[in-house]
Formats: sequence, C-alpha cells, structure tokens
Amino acid sequence: MDLRSDIHAPLSPADDPLRLTGRRLPRWAPVGALAVALLVGLFVQLTQVTVLGLAPVVVVVLVFLLTYTGWTLAVEGRRHAADRFATALIFSAAILALVPLLWILVTVIYKGVTVLSVNFLFVDTMRNVNPRAAGGGVAHAVLGTLQQVGLATLISVPIGLLTAIYLSEYGRGRLARSINFFVDVMTGIPSIVAGMFIYTFWILTLGFPQSGFAAGLALTILMIPVVVRSAEEMLRIVPNELREGALALGIPKYRVIIKVVLPTAISGIITGVMLAIARVTGETAPLLLTTFLAQDINWNAFDGSQASLPTFIWDQIGRGTQSSLDRAWAGALTLILIVLFFYATARILAARYAPKER
Amino acid sequence: MSLLTPPQITGTAVRPGDRNFRFTTTVAGIAVLGVLAAIAAFLVWQSIPALQNNTGNVFTNQQWLPDADPPEWGIAVLIFGTLWTSLIAMVLAVPIGIGTALFITFYAPRRIARTLGFVVDLLAAVPSIIFGLWGLYYFMPQIVPAAQWLSTYLGWIPFFSNDLDLYTKSILIAGFVLAIMILPTVSAISREVFWQVPKGHIEASLALGATRWEMIRMSVLPFSRPGMISAAMLGLGRALGETIAVALILSAVFEINWQITEPGGNSIAANIALKWGEAAANGRSALIATGMALFFITLLVNMTARWVVNRRRDFSGAN
Repeated sequence: MDLRSDIHAPLSPADDPLRLTGRRLPRWAPVGALAVALLVGLFVQLTQVTVLGLAPVVVVVLVFLLTYTGWTLAVEGRRHAADRFATALIFSAAILALVPLLWILVTVIYKGVTVLSVNFLFVDTMRNVNPRAAGGGVAHAVLGTLQQVGLATLISVPIGLLTAIYLSEYGRGRLARSINFFVDVMTGIPSIVAGMFIYTFWILTLGFPQSGFAAGLALTILMIPVVVRSAEEMLRIVPNELREGALALGIPKYRVIIKVVLPTAISGIITGVMLAIARVTGETAPLLLTTFLAQDINWNAFDGSQASLPTFIWDQIGRGTQSSLDRAWAGALTLILIVLFFYATARILAARYAPKER
Repeated sequence: MSLLTPPQITGTAVRPGDRNFRFTTTVAGIAVLGVLAAIAAFLVWQSIPALQNNTGNVFTNQQWLPDADPPEWGIAVLIFGTLWTSLIAMVLAVPIGIGTALFITFYAPRRIARTLGFVVDLLAAVPSIIFGLWGLYYFMPQIVPAAQWLSTYLGWIPFFSNDLDLYTKSILIAGFVLAIMILPTVSAISREVFWQVPKGHIEASLALGATRWEMIRMSVLPFSRPGMISAAMLGLGRALGETIAVALILSAVFEINWQITEPGGNSIAANIALKWGEAAANGRSALIATGMALFFITLLVNMTARWVVNRRRDFSGAN
C-alpha cells in the first residue's frame, strides 16, 4: 500500500476541522422520514394496534414530525431542528387548508348531479310537489335569486361606486377617514343583522310587504362595503399622471373622473362587483327574515314571498325526506355553480385587464 | 379689458358640474355612514317592547318564552353558545390560517403560492348553507371520532367529558365547521400583513445566518403581531355572526351545557333563524333584541380589529 495516498486522502467535509458549514441531512431526508412514518402507519393499520386511540393518519403525522425533527436534532443541531419542525408544521397547515374546499366541491358535485337536469333548473317548481316524492325543481328559486341579487346590484353599485370616488378623489380629513373606517367595519356586519334591519325598517316601520325587493335591500347592505372597498382600491392605483395630464388640459375634475379615471379602472371595478355578487348570492339568513320561502314562481319582486336558491336548500333540508334531501343537494350544486361562475369571471377579468401596479 | 392689468388666471369660480359631482359623491359616502347608524337605531328601537315587558333578567335568564304571558327570556344561553363556538373556531383557524399565510408568503414557489391563495379565497365564496349541508351529512360523521377521542383521553378536563355517549350536533363540531369558514378570512388578512414586512428586515436576518424559521420568528412575527391579532379578530367577527351553518349543525337545545362534546348549544344568530318563523310580535321583538346584542358585539370586535390594522398601516413605514 502506498502511504502517501492515505495521507493525501481528502477529508470528508464533516470531519474537516476547518469546515464552514455544519453537518447536513441528505436531500432526501423529508421523504425518508415520511416513508418511515408511512410504514409505521401501515403497521398500525394492519395490526389494528391503537396508540392512545389515535387514527392511523394522525399516527403518521406524529411519527413523521418526531423522526424528522429527531433526526435533524441529532445531525444538524437544535436550531435546524426547530427550523425543520416549523417547516413541517407550516406545510401541514397549507395541506390541511386545501382539504375542506376539495371535499366540499367533490361532495356537492357527486350528490348534486343525480337530480340536476334542464327541467330541474329552468322548468319545474315546488308547487304541488309532495316532500316525499321525487321531482320538482328550482326554476322559481333561480328566478328569485337572480331578481334579488340583480336588484341588490342595481342599488349597491351606484352608491358603492360614488362612495369609492369620494374616498379616492375628494375625501380628505375627518369625514373621509370615518367613512373609510366604517366601510371596513361594515364588511363585518353579520348577514342576519342586515336582514333584521331591513325587516324592522322596510317591513315593520314603513309597512311594505315581505318581498324579493326587501331581500334585495338586505343584500345591498352586505354588498355596499365590498363594492366600495374594491372600487376604491382600483381607483387608487390609477396613475396620478393621467389625472394631472387631463387637469392640465383644463378639463373639469368631474369630467376627468368620469372620462379618464373610471375607464382606466373599470375592469377592476367590474371584478370587484362580480366578487361582491358572488358573496351575496349564497346568503341565506337575511332572506329568511325578509322574503321567506315560496314554492312557486313569483315574477313580482315587489310583492309577496319569493323563493331563492339558499332558502330553497334550507327548506328542503328541513323537510328531512330522502327526495327533499336530494333536491337540496341539487340546489346546492346549482348555487355553487352560479357563485363559481361569478367568481371565475371576476378572476379572469382581473387577470386579463388589471392595470399594472407601479 | 385694460391693457395695463394682465388678465387674471387665478379665478376661483367652481364649475357647477364639479360642485354637483362632488356633492353627490359626498352624499353617497355619508349615506353609507347613515345606513350603519340606522341599523343601530332601528334595532334598538324595535327591541324596546320586548325588553320592557320581559319578566326575566335579560342577561341571566335561561328561558326563551317571549311569546308567553308573561314573557320571560334571557340571552345567557345564546351568548354562551355563540362565544364557545367562536372560541373553538378561533383556536383551530388562527394557527392553521397563519400557517397557510406563512406558507404562501415565505415557503411556496410563486406559482403554487398564487394557486393556493386562490383556492383558500375560493373557500370564502362557498355559501354558508352549503357548509351547513356538507357539515351535517359529511363532515360530522367523519369528525365524531375526534370528539370521542377528546372525551375519552381528555375527559378529565370538565368540558370534554361526555355523559350521554352522544357526540353529534355539538358545540365542538359547530366550532370545527366555523373554523373552516373563517379560515380564509384569517389567512387572507395575515397574508396581507406578511407582505408588509420590510424586505430589509427579512434579508438582514437571513444575512446574519438565521434559519428560515428564525427569520420568521424574529423579524416577521414581531412586525406582524398587531396585524395577526386583528386577522384573528376579524375571523372572530365572522364566526360570531355566522347563522345558517350553525343553525343546521347544532341541535338547538335552549340550555347552557358546559360539556361541549354533547349535543346541544345554540347561538344568537342560529336562534334568530330558527325561531323567526314561529315567533309572534313580541317574540320577534325579543329576537331583534338579541340581534342588537350581536350587532354591537361584532361592531366592537370589528372596530377594534380595524383600529389595530389601520394604526399599523399609518406608522409602519413599510409602504
């Protein structure tokens, strides 16, 4: 054996006394720890051993955290163990946050498609349908929802837009600050309180009947703050150079706002309105207090109870028979499709036409 | 015009169009404030009758008989259920929401971050009636083992014990569902706050050799603490006022039951939705009184949260 080759053999980085980096886990460490955890989980599953009554999934997660952190602690030291532990927790939180949405979407689609049909959506109502019998539809509820949300949009968009213009173009000082603050606070008003207010104001005090319009008013209260907030945000990112250029040409300020500022921000504003619509379309509680239930088509939104999709679902769940529950799921699918339609349109518009932030 | 005086260009005349437009927008802004004031005023006004002829103590009575003669009702049971469900929701949703926000801001690659943010926001778009329906028929059967586990292994903590051996329709499960519902709120606001952390702080701590977690713990979290508190409070505000999902999941017993894994419980909002249809005039007035209480509680929570956020925004120097 040649001695020199021994002397000159390169030191492994971990044994080099002059090394700058600490000992590191191999790159596959997380996968390795996960494999160990899965094996333990499989063992628990197969042998039906229960540790403190924990479900296999929980065992897998705990074993993973334990092995991964313990391994890091042994090799890399305390600081890196804390880092890896936190990373694992944060990843788990993100994965956990995904579960409910997927679960809900899959459930609603799976349960809803069996009953859903063109007739169910556009032709049939619940008039003279026995709760135990299959059949019936949501035509009356779709009509009601569209009318109520449409009315709410018609009222809340002008008020919300004007308020947003006030806040971004004119408002200075105390009044603007307090409007700004209370618009934020208003986004947190419970929807049932909005319905209750319209009931006390519109129906009890002013003496109007229960109607789809009253429901629309309640939805208006929920929509206004959302519209204001999103529209104001969009108006604020319109570059000031555009305003200054137009003003320098001697154009009156209100014309500048209408002809220059609004058109620049319009796609963002429409996105915000769509999101607001998506938000209020699914509201149930305020409708229960202002228009309640109806089983048949009511074209007149200004008089009498009017059905809507959320209250339809509420009603069908309450009846508790198998066919009514099937109808509730189909109604839920219809509702979620409408909401997702608005939501997706809003996002697509936002992605395509958003003004570039500076 | 005299040749000696130059033409004035500093006119102060305001164009009528400008004045009118400014006036209109101001009126709209004030109308928004007016709506909020009107909500408070009308709820107070319409709840007076029931508050006046109530023979029970509003705060301590545990009956709900506002339409009886004499009427007797109190808000204690409702406040109890509302606070407990919301508290459970907070305990679960705040850490997970903040964890998700940290993941999106500091861990995920940009593309995944954007998708995940979108998906979490989408959760906010799911109507509460669908949360209720899914929660009642799909989520509850799956989560009952967790409730059983809590009462078996942590039953020595008084409120986890379960004497009925029934675990469905409990305050605990309603709290679980509420947690999912407020998750997007907590996550979205925390995310916004994390974005505001000055890049300099982050880069400085990484440059000093901090691990990623040390960077988060030492420069991100201290800076964002007020923001995270208000994110939690805005989530709380949403949980307090949530109606339909809670109404579907709780078994709506009108009594205070400290054993939160047992069926039972009620909340202000759920009680309104459930009792409204059958209530007579005084019953509705009493329900409006509870709604007024809910309104002022959520108003307080939201105002505090917004105040904290805004204060931070004004002085942070981050933007």
